[in-house]
Amino acid sequence: MKSVELKKDIYWVGAVDWDIRNFHGYLTQRGSSYNSYLIMDEKIVLVDSVKHYLYEEMLERIKQIVDPSKIDYIICNHVEMDHSGSIPKIIKLCPNVIIVTSPQGEKGLKMHYDTTNWNFHIVKSGDTINIGTRNIAFLQTPMVHWPDNMVSYISEEKIIFSNDAFGQHIASTGRFDDEVPYSMLVEEARKYYANIVLPYGSQVQKVMEEVKKLDIEIIATSHGIIWRNYIADIVRLYDKWSRNETEKKAVIVYDTMWESTKKMANAIKDAFEDKDYNIHMYNLQGTHISDVMTELITAEYICIGSPTLNSSILPTVAAFLAYMKGLAPKNRKAIAFGSYGWAPLSIKEIEETLTKAGMDVVASEKINFVPTEVQLKELTDRIKKVI
Amino acid sequence: MARYICTVCGYEYNEEDGDADNDILEGTLFEDLPAEWTCPMCGVGKEDFEKDFDEEEDDDEE
Repeated sequence: MKSVELKKDIYWVGAVDWDIRNFHGYLTQRGSSYNSYLIMDEKIVLVDSVKHYLYEEMLERIKQIVDPSKIDYIICNHVEMDHSGSIPKIIKLCPNVIIVTSPQGEKGLKMHYDTTNWNFHIVKSGDTINIGTRNIAFLQTPMVHWPDNMVSYISEEKIIFSNDAFGQHIASTGRFDDEVPYSMLVEEARKYYANIVLPYGSQVQKVMEEVKKLDIEIIATSHGIIWRNYIADIVRLYDKWSRNETEKKAVIVYDTMWESTKKMANAIKDAFEDKDYNIHMYNLQGTHISDVMTELITAEYICIGSPTLNSSILPTVAAFLAYMKGLAPKNRKAIAFGSYGWAPLSIKEIEETLTKAGMDVVASEKINFVPTEVQLKELTDRIKKVI
Repeated sequence: MARYICTVCGYEYNEEDGDADNDILEGTLFEDLPAEWTCPMCGVGKEDFEKDFDEEEDDDEE
């Protein structure tokens, strides 16, 4: 186990979670990492920590550089337990340490842990602390992605500790963006945005305005790799995603009982194909909802299908709808579809959910029992007319 | 007209602007917001908002 020097006297001392595959419902098929950083100046600073079960790994890396009892400050940019989980453990080794966090961060920490003997220093946007030759400035980033979130910036080093912003769930030995395959990196950054940050586009826009004013050479994220070579790329992508900018793309998501809804999905796909759309079609029997979201963030059309089962929809589709509604993609057009036996209730339910989610439902298509070739052709033609 | 600040996330409800995304017309007083209205940014209820007194003082001067 090694620590990694990012800049002189600034080290990555985090932990790699090779095993994790379910991050509160998000399929993390490449594992993840929890990145904490150690800054060695006249004052010694730990920026964020790791999940509680990887504490020993973080401690081992810190010990290679310094005796942990000498840490003066722990910056808590975000109280969620993947970043704060080891603070209650390490604080036992440095009981006089000062916890630097936002007002909401203090509240949050007190509701997670017994903080009776903790020393807090509360910071707001624009505040700085001097640690010797460097100053650390703070910028609150509320709802990117919790109320307490903030980022820390050292102008002398042009490094921003961005916490969850710009993160990706990747377990790797390479710590930097040029040490992993680029396309995989962008894919995971996109998946992360889609599943964690998507509801907060307008807040991301505000943060981006501030971030663009800073001179940045390193974005030290709290998950996955650290950006140093492709900073312009990820900033541009965050700008695009947070504006809910879409492409000529359709995502078709469905589940099926006796393949009637599947046939309808294919007929709808044919219409989009005819209009030269980029299409991503997912049967929820074999696709994780978090993978659908990855493509959905730039999709102009979202088409959701379910047959009627017991006067409702298939549970896979219900789960997807609930998940998507929470992640709240904006400015989208939608199509509801499905087959039914005697009462077309699933289609109505999907349509209502899409409407409530603020989408423009351009078509709602239902077919009784098994579609004929003629009905499917007619369906394709109807969809072609409305898209 | 007054402003109200969400104590959880910092969102500002400005009575002058309303909340167009949630069909709240310009000029809607905070007290007239429907009981089920929630913070457009973080989702908490009206009870988690506090009046922005700095803004009120400005109003008094007018």
